Amino acid sequence: MKALVIVPAYNEEANLPFVLDDLRQFSGDVLVVNDGSKDATEEIARQLGVACVSHPCNLGIGGTVQTGLLYALRNGYHYAIQFDGDGQHRADQIEKIVAQVERGAADLVIGVRTLPEGYKCGIFRKMGSVLFCFLIRFLTGERVADPTAGFRCYGPAAIKLFSLSYPDDYPEVESIVTASRNGLTIVEVPVVMRQRQSGHSSINRRKSAYYMLKVSLAMCVEAMRKKITWKEV
Amino acid sequence: MDITRVVSILLSSSIFILVIWLIREGRLREKYSLLWLCTSIVIIGLSVSRHVLETVAIAVGIYYPPSLLFLLGLLFLLLVNIGYGTSISRLSESNHKLTQEIALLKKALEDTDKKRRETDTKA
Repeated sequence: MKALVIVPAYNEEANLPFVLDDLRQFSGDVLVVNDGSKDATEEIARQLGVACVSHPCNLGIGGTVQTGLLYALRNGYHYAIQFDGDGQHRADQIEKIVAQVERGAADLVIGVRTLPEGYKCGIFRKMGSVLFCFLIRFLTGERVADPTAGFRCYGPAAIKLFSLSYPDDYPEVESIVTASRNGLTIVEVPVVMRQRQSGHSSINRRKSAYYMLKVSLAMCVEAMRKKITWKEV
Repeated sequence: MDITRVVSILLSSSIFILVIWLIREGRLREKYSLLWLCTSIVIIGLSVSRHVLETVAIAVGIYYPPSLLFLLGLLFLLLVNIGYGTSISRLSESNHKLTQEIALLKKALEDTDKKRRETDTKA
């Protein structure tokens, strides 16, 4: 079974060496998807001998992950792991989320964030998370604990489905609805995280209101959409 | 013929002519111009005959007929803008696909290049 770790990276030259070094303990292949970075992200990935795919212009996290999934699909990988380029995810946790897919117990595995000293997050984030959980439950019946987590493993069915349709910005929550509505099995597994190395969350307070509105709307529309005919592809 | 009518006929006909000219020059696709042409024809019609404008306005309960023109204009702009929204969405969708395709092709090209170089050195 071939496994691919997808590292979406936008201006991550500061974190990338650390992340790629961490990933050396992983036995499968690693692919950095550079989303039109303005810094040396691509050069650093190449210097470190890691495969790198570069967007000529910036697409956002959704398109970046999707490029990785397309690469996985076309190069015959059985499953793909989304591993953030900012150093929050730990390579020693990959096994945990892959195990569920390997056993055939899940098509999409989400790593529920926990920290050794407890995962702290702001009140806004918590409120948003509660709202999303409720909406997901209402729209799909799926019970999810951490819908915004980005540490994920995609099985063959998820790779196929998401390479056809994956939201552009803030894809995490919406993709759960897509997955559930198209009959994928979603499983959550607790994983240990690391505190952020450098840089800030892509979502600040001003953006978070827009984020919540946009994602909620997108989820409702997604729930009204026809099922994707991906099985024949 | 009052001056208002002359001005509105002149304005709407020049929009019509401008649209036709832009299509001829290849600067506007026919697809996008249909709505513009239809609207300028409707406005020409309404400005030529005050009677038609008045009858239509009264019929839909508008007692100051020229405001029917504003209403139509606004509705038309709304439609055109929604049309632009869909075009932009379609364009960004194809842009998205092209960006990914270019990235993946570049990688595939590099890989085959590397493989060829390796076999060359072996040979």
